[in-house]
Amino acid sequence: MSEAGPLIELREASVRYRDVTALDGVSLRVGRGQRIALIGSNGSGKTTLLRTLHGLQRCDAGERIVHADVPQAMVFQRPFLLRLSAWSNMLIALWLAGVPARERIDRARDALRRVGLLEQRTRPARALSGGQQQRLALARAWSVLPQLLFLDEPTASLDPAAKQEVEDLVMEFAAEGMTVVMSTHNLGQAKRLATDVVYLEGGRLIAALPTERFFTERLPDAAARFLKGETTWQ
Amino acid sequence: MNDFGASLATASHLIFNADAALLRIVGLSLAVSGSACVFAALFGLAGSAALAVGRFPGQRIVVLLLNTLLALPSVVVGLVVYLLLSRAGPLGELGLLFTPPAMVIAQTILALPLVAALTRQLVADALRGSGDQLRSMGAGPMTRAALVLVHDRWSLLTLLLTAFGRAISEVGAVMIVGGNIDGVTRVMTTTIALETSKGDLPLALALGIVLLLVVGAINVLIALVQRLSKEGR
Repeated sequence: MSEAGPLIELREASVRYRDVTALDGVSLRVGRGQRIALIGSNGSGKTTLLRTLHGLQRCDAGERIVHADVPQAMVFQRPFLLRLSAWSNMLIALWLAGVPARERIDRARDALRRVGLLEQRTRPARALSGGQQQRLALARAWSVLPQLLFLDEPTASLDPAAKQEVEDLVMEFAAEGMTVVMSTHNLGQAKRLATDVVYLEGGRLIAALPTERFFTERLPDAAARFLKGETTWQ
Repeated sequence: MNDFGASLATASHLIFNADAALLRIVGLSLAVSGSACVFAALFGLAGSAALAVGRFPGQRIVVLLLNTLLALPSVVVGLVVYLLLSRAGPLGELGLLFTPPAMVIAQTILALPLVAALTRQLVADALRGSGDQLRSMGAGPMTRAALVLVHDRWSLLTLLLTAFGRAISEVGAVMIVGGNIDGVTRVMTTTIALETSKGDLPLALALGIVLLLVVGAINVLIALVQRLSKEGR
């Protein structure tokens, strides 16, 4: 992994859901400015790793170390939008983040303009298309000015055009210096967006390399099979 | 059949001429049951939201008890409130027995488990899908509960209308703690029971029709709310 000033680190982190081990002794350091793609098959522990890094999930063993307490946000695969207008969703997110009332209107307007939804602001958030809902979730996250952004399969179930829009936004955010950790099933997306790729299998971290090396060097067998599109759970 | 027809004609006359006694009884019924629902909502929403998001020893037993109270018979509520408010009871000095406030207390107790149990379930189910996302955005436990109540406000309104329907159509509790005093605590259901026992069917039937209309209006409201809920996604 490429080194940069660390923001958050997991050391030998394990997470268990009853008798299922979702993360098994994972050590990972997230450095400032990195764009890390977490890849692996379903149930490999990508979402649990994101949640643990973000602080939503406690480690049953090992530890999570916060090197720099920077603002964070997370966008989920299926973002939860309140049955209110897109505008109200933005204002509530800003209120929850503790943004002073006088700043909320400007920040909400800037964020919606940024993702191309300013004209749609009075529409019910849940009446927006899937791509628009994901862009609204990104706007909601971006509006609180996070330095560390977690994305859980942000383009899953989106059509190619919406997928491209979301990818473009992530790249724009990253270009501004935002650190991004995202899970994805899409190897092409990992190649396009990430500076580093982490491969997980059965809750264990199998490989973590800069993107170029990940896709060119010889990898552990499990990761190599995954790249070739072979099943990894047999 | 003739008796029924004559009663129906008299009932129609009472309704269309806005009979004063009829209006007074209907007004008191709406006021008592409406107030009871407001109080049940005030106590029930806050309590059930806390129960849905909190973690404490014995929580499952409290939830089980609350769900059991859904089947609370209205006469039992009436009896308990009667014992509390009677002259020898712990709250006897308040002098509330056989007054509308006593009826409001009884109906509040009757509606409270319904509001609390169903709201707790509503909040718990909603937070299962959204709790982490709201937590990620910085919402504390009670804020998360409040936000999902805003999110599911149409379901909540349906729930409150159902509680109102239960309150306005019950007879046991208000009969016991209200005493069915003419012009003071007489509501639709107690009047229907009394007039039927006296053989004065027209007033009983007129009130029965009004009660059905009120319940029908509640059902129409519920249907409208559900429609609005679907339109708002």
